[in-house]
Amino acid sequence: MTPQPDSFEHLLRELTPQVLGAVIRRFRDFSSAEDAVQEALVAAAMQWPREGVPDNPRAWLIQVASRRMTDYLRSEMARRRRETEAALEMDQLAPPPGSASDSDQDDTLILLFMCCHSALTSSSAIALTLRAVGGLTTNEIAIAFLVPEPTMAQRISRAKRSIKDSGVRFSLPTSQERAQRLGAVLHVLYLIFNEGYTSSAGPNLQRVELSHEAIRLARAVHRMLPDDAEVAGLLALMLLTDARRPARTGTDGELIPLTKQDRALWDQKQISEGTALLTKALSKGSIGAYQLQAAIAAVHDEAARAEDTDWPQILALYDLLKRMSDNPMVVLNHAIAAAMVHGPAAGLELLHGLDNDGRLAGHHRLDAVRAHLLEMAGDHQAAIAHYRIAASRTTSVPERNYLMTQAARLNESAGG
Amino acid sequence: MKYILMMTGTKADFDWYATWSKRDLQAQFAFMHSFNKELKESGVLVATEGLAFPNEAKMVRAAADGSPITDGVFPESKEFLAGYWIVDVETPEQAYQLAARVSAGPSPKDRGNQPIEVRRVMSGPPPEML
Repeated sequence: MTPQPDSFEHLLRELTPQVLGAVIRRFRDFSSAEDAVQEALVAAAMQWPREGVPDNPRAWLIQVASRRMTDYLRSEMARRRRETEAALEMDQLAPPPGSASDSDQDDTLILLFMCCHSALTSSSAIALTLRAVGGLTTNEIAIAFLVPEPTMAQRISRAKRSIKDSGVRFSLPTSQERAQRLGAVLHVLYLIFNEGYTSSAGPNLQRVELSHEAIRLARAVHRMLPDDAEVAGLLALMLLTDARRPARTGTDGELIPLTKQDRALWDQKQISEGTALLTKALSKGSIGAYQLQAAIAAVHDEAARAEDTDWPQILALYDLLKRMSDNPMVVLNHAIAAAMVHGPAAGLELLHGLDNDGRLAGHHRLDAVRAHLLEMAGDHQAAIAHYRIAASRTTSVPERNYLMTQAARLNESAGG
Repeated sequence: MKYILMMTGTKADFDWYATWSKRDLQAQFAFMHSFNKELKESGVLVATEGLAFPNEAKMVRAAADGSPITDGVFPESKEFLAGYWIVDVETPEQAYQLAARVSAGPSPKDRGNQPIEVRRVMSGPPPEML
């Protein structure tokens, strides 16, 4: 029986970090090994559907990538004679690649730590993570970010050069470094997830679902570090947010706010998985920002109707989150929760505190939230003005359409 | 985040450009070539195009029956797009920096540096809505 192309792709992506780890261990060169593994993946994607999946696909990929590495090193021979001999010797001496072992899990983690290194800009870290750990091709990543393939290829090769220049070794970070480095990894996965969320305008069959890719990678990290509550928290946050995806947009691609969504469309399976993960994580007692955000998403997801939302609980969670993070967006959302519990005046009062926060100066979200609270307070003229200011400042087309529609709706109901 | 860098000019600016010396032109061609190459190699270039001179530009409107009515008489002050770059960068400042490079590109200088209009290219929906 010929497996579906989907399952090839899945298998290849799952194997990518393991194969890459094995090749790096053998040849000690992250950058070329990464190229060689990409070539092996391409070869597999062409051959396997025709000839069937080899008995040991992992060993097959390692063999092909190693052959590429050997070819590459041979062609470098004139310049780098001594290194080449050492590597070829190693190739002959190395035992044939066996089946998956414990070190595969470590390799995936090490690769993630490398790709999300602080020496990289976030766009480079995202691209490199998707390729080296996620097993996506450069073209797939380019399409996902709507940039030309050569641009993405340059971005990836620059990222690899930065890693080389930073001198980071292919090994697990020390226990002191670990928390900080893991934080960087989780942040990159979170960015990939949000990118998938924000760039999902319009159907594109060729596009890789970045949100699903982020969930897959977060699952892998959770499998490797099952006791880390923040890893579980991030995975739960992704699941609980992604569960609402089918209800987020209407038939013409227009945005539907949380309060107006058809909750029957929410993915209940994802919600219960996310909730279970979160409950377990919270019981471990080390509460972090991802767990709190997941908890807020869970409270929204639990409400069968928008009016059933437990706003006092959301407010309490934002209180905690506000103490933990200095993000002005958290303060904005806290103001909304306060308005839902204590009335719009309380929310508007909190927004005054944000007017002098330089990070939010001119940010459309401040105007959008203010417009929403002014509307709640019955001050429709002021609400219309702020919806329009927010519309002129947002960089998202669907959000601009939404904000302009809000202003138009209020204007028409007022003027008649 | 993506930005578009637009170079514009009036008919008079295009006419003036057509009179540049060979040396000035070659300096400008070389600059554009290396600037574009640099954008590609630094992994930020999304697209770039140059447009034909505005001599043959037409303004098109639909008539009552939907057929096109063309009009090519433009006011002297109208700015025409000459070319653009779309770049994908990490910060707005990076886009302004690139625009400044183009602005200060080689030219006979008797008119000062060329202004470049920088605008944000819109993206998809935000992560969460009220």
